[in-house]
Amino acid sequence: MKFLKNIVDSVKPNFEKGGKLQKYWPVFDGFETFLFVPGHATENGAHIRDGIDLKRTMVTVILALVPCLLFGMYNVGYQHFLAIGESAEFIDMVIYGAIRVMPLVIVSYGVGLGVEFLFCIKNGHSIQEGFLVSGMLIPLIMPVEVPLWMVAVATAFAVVFGKEVFGGTGMNILNPALTARAFLFFAYPTKMSGNSVWVATDGMQTVDGYTGATALGNAVDQGVAGIPPFMDAMIGIIPGSVGETSVLACLIGAVILIASGIGSWRIMLSMIIGGYVMGYLFNMWGANSYMEIPAHHQLVIGGFFFGMVFMATDPVSAAQTNMGKWIYGFFCGLLGIMIRVFNPAYPEGIMMAILFMNVMAPLIDHYVVQGNISKRLKRAQVIA
Amino acid sequence: MTELVNIFVKGIFIDNMIFAYFLGMCSYLAVSKTVKTGVGLGAAVIFVLGITVPINYLLENYVLKEGALAWLGDDFATVDLSFLSFIMFIAVIASMVQLVEMIVEKFAPALYGALGIFLPLIAVNCSILGGALFMQERQYSTIAEATSFGLGSGVGWFLAIVAIAAIREKIKYSHVPAPLRGLGITFIITGLMGIAFMSFMGIEL
Repeated sequence: MKFLKNIVDSVKPNFEKGGKLQKYWPVFDGFETFLFVPGHATENGAHIRDGIDLKRTMVTVILALVPCLLFGMYNVGYQHFLAIGESAEFIDMVIYGAIRVMPLVIVSYGVGLGVEFLFCIKNGHSIQEGFLVSGMLIPLIMPVEVPLWMVAVATAFAVVFGKEVFGGTGMNILNPALTARAFLFFAYPTKMSGNSVWVATDGMQTVDGYTGATALGNAVDQGVAGIPPFMDAMIGIIPGSVGETSVLACLIGAVILIASGIGSWRIMLSMIIGGYVMGYLFNMWGANSYMEIPAHHQLVIGGFFFGMVFMATDPVSAAQTNMGKWIYGFFCGLLGIMIRVFNPAYPEGIMMAILFMNVMAPLIDHYVVQGNISKRLKRAQVIA
Repeated sequence: MTELVNIFVKGIFIDNMIFAYFLGMCSYLAVSKTVKTGVGLGAAVIFVLGITVPINYLLENYVLKEGALAWLGDDFATVDLSFLSFIMFIAVIASMVQLVEMIVEKFAPALYGALGIFLPLIAVNCSILGGALFMQERQYSTIAEATSFGLGSGVGWFLAIVAIAAIREKIKYSHVPAPLRGLGITFIITGLMGIAFMSFMGIEL
């Protein structure tokens, strides 16, 4: 630590006012405050500060994402060896998965932070750390076979049009990671859906009978018969986007987020309720085989839990009021399951449902706030 | 009955006037600065669409379409007046808008002031004429279906303008880059909202 601090302090004068690298101050500042809690005091605005600033918040979310990432690596390897019909040691699977997943992470961070730094230098404001989380989320919600340049394009699109045009971190209306995924989904549907993108095969021949379809893809074709057993989906050894398959890993993340107060338990709980209610209604209806999937089983396949824990709870694009959070989460779950079942074109409804509710969140907040105002006004008048 | 509900829901989400066809953009962009005016204009659009589409439906089926005048007698059985449909539809729409304007002025003067020029401009709002023309093109079989379509499209437009008004109220405090402030960012938001609404595209009802 001391060693790192010495290096940072020794190059600092170059970047300060009058130094020869003054133009790159935002970049330096970004790195310094990432490593160490800044020592300088605020100059204007709110003077009450918490030890947990934006960077520490983001790092907590990344910690919560680590189980998903690690499991995702293992699962990529597991599915790979399953597909080509070879048996492999646990460590081989992890290593293979890491080789496939790390490039996605590196490209996502490289492009995203590059764009972010560019904007900061141009605008002369300090680096905003929101991308730390988005950069980790983007690779986790991609199919493992997605070409790297697509990740780069989507990331650049999401950072520029999802965030920077609104003024940067904390101002966006849609979740940037989901924006990236939706962009790719609509621009290059063949690389983002279907049966051949979810499992890394390296072009090798797959064993007979192995399709590589996701649970949701199977559910569309075969209904109840096609989906994996409950425990498999819970643990996550099924094909899917890199980090979304394991419900358990998502739950570990959820515990970290709720314990640290960063993720909203209201949204998570109401989203489970919403999804369960919709799944249950479909069970009652039972018009086709897809609708007959038991509600609890419906929730563990696909990206429901990943979306719920890490996307829907995004404090920027979600509803801000407590009452609004209940409504927002409920409809995320409800619409997610509904789109999934009704719309054969989109096997994964959660992404679209959360994006849709992101759009609606300000409206929900508006009416919750208006409702509070009129309620209190009435109370005040009664007293008077 | 299910058919009516289907047409209604389709009008709101799947064939949304704003996000699927980008119709009625001018008032959508101009009056969406606050939720309150958005609600007012949205309600006016629902009302106008809900009335003009069925009236135009009657016009289309009993006056304009080829053979529609058969009820006048055999001489008229082959008359085709559909070249008049634009002007007739617009005339109906314009008179309905006059009506709405008078009602709003009488009962909600504040809203009347806030809506300003855009209330009379509903007459030339593309989504209203679009509604009439879609009705013509899709050939709904009963007047109930046409009404349901009109109301559904109106509610879809309402939802769109209210949602963007809430977003614009929220981003008032954002540091949007100077060149994009105002309309620029609104266009970008509309595009992003369009992505979100694409979730419903392809649903068969």
